[in-house]
Amino acid sequence: MLPPHGGTLVNRLVPEGNRPHLNEEAAEMPSISVTEEFRKDMECVAYGIFSPLVGPLNRDDYTAVLEKGRLTKGHPWTFPIVLDVPEETASRIKVGDDVALTLEGEAFSILHVEDKYSWDRKAHAQSVYSTLDMDHPGVSKTYEMGPVLLGGSIDLFNETQGKFSDYRLKPIETRVLFKSKGWRTIAGFQTRNAPHVGHEYVQKTALAFTDGLFINPLIGKKKAGDFTDEVIIDTYTTLFDNYYLRNTATLVTLEMEMRYAGPREAIFHAICRKNYGCTHFIVGRDHAGVGNYYGPYEAQEKFSEFPDLGVTPIFFRSFFYCKKCGGVQNDKVCPHGPEEHLNFKGREMRSMLMNGERPSELLMRPEVVDAILRHTEPFVK
Amino acid sequence: MPEKNSDSSTIKIPHDLYKKIEEKIEGTSFTSVEDYVVRKMENEFPAEPVYSKEEEELIKERLRRLGYIE
Repeated sequence: MLPPHGGTLVNRLVPEGNRPHLNEEAAEMPSISVTEEFRKDMECVAYGIFSPLVGPLNRDDYTAVLEKGRLTKGHPWTFPIVLDVPEETASRIKVGDDVALTLEGEAFSILHVEDKYSWDRKAHAQSVYSTLDMDHPGVSKTYEMGPVLLGGSIDLFNETQGKFSDYRLKPIETRVLFKSKGWRTIAGFQTRNAPHVGHEYVQKTALAFTDGLFINPLIGKKKAGDFTDEVIIDTYTTLFDNYYLRNTATLVTLEMEMRYAGPREAIFHAICRKNYGCTHFIVGRDHAGVGNYYGPYEAQEKFSEFPDLGVTPIFFRSFFYCKKCGGVQNDKVCPHGPEEHLNFKGREMRSMLMNGERPSELLMRPEVVDAILRHTEPFVK
Repeated sequence: MPEKNSDSSTIKIPHDLYKKIEEKIEGTSFTSVEDYVVRKMENEFPAEPVYSKEEEELIKERLRRLGYIE
């Protein structure tokens, strides 16, 4: 089994027996109110999905991530996981303090504060998103963040159930799962979409040379126009029931937000899947992109900077349905012209579905279309 | 052999291999050949087992309950 990133699977989840005690202690501590997305990030830390991180980044690691895409110890890490706070909150917290992290008044974790530092929004946005355009969702979010960052380690004592708890597994569990299934090589697939036939083609092609397929949709905050979490789960369970073998493919959710950081997020996504136990990671066209901020294959090119990532990327170019070939093809193998091709245009398919229309069966499985159309609001508003 | 009072050890690798690694990491964020070799090796050998036998059994029970395994 592939070792976790950094060699050790981080576990910052307090054993059940100690949780009531820590909950009481937290009530006496200064507290910091955080967002739901940050709480999910801390669950990712606690479960080891973000190994080797043990909490929000300290200044040195933060700087190294921005400048080199690595932690100070050298491990690849491309997306900065940080806790931003307003000046007023920062003024009542000092390095060495233990503080309670809360969401809507409920404490869920203790943060052992090891660092408190100011940061530069412009440098952050430019480095992470490669743009300062405020229309980019990551850039606008950056400019809404507080002026001070707190770094340190956490002990999480209050977990959320998860939106789809039956599909939510921790890395320690997926590692046992893969071993139980006898999978030595596993291809991870990241998604925030209902599947069309092109996705199925990519997944099954990767499965042709690995033992198992790990489909791992992101459940959490997404931009308007994306499929809702409920639609993603319904469509994938439908696809599994009709077109996948249970002994070679599995569906597990990952509760965290999309960040739309393109190439940097692709590396970050690969690291998360490595921690789940994946040996391979599928990277398609414009992975984690938004608008036209990144080149179609920029995310794939980014992997060449990290030969020590430990997880092998599987790159896919654009694909289409070729009427002449009678199947999904790509420009490397299909000799026919564009007049024979049906393209998988996500925007067009979403627009048809929005009007209650059915995309061609050559592009989307009828069972998947049915599953989408059963939802009155299939898209994020 | 590990050196006293240190958590690292010295190994020797052929000069030509060293040179090849140096060329490979040029322009990347690796700061040294040592850095590169350590990262590569870390991916081969986990620092500690990820779960105990007891944990494995408990996890299998949950996986069975959820229908992931039989």
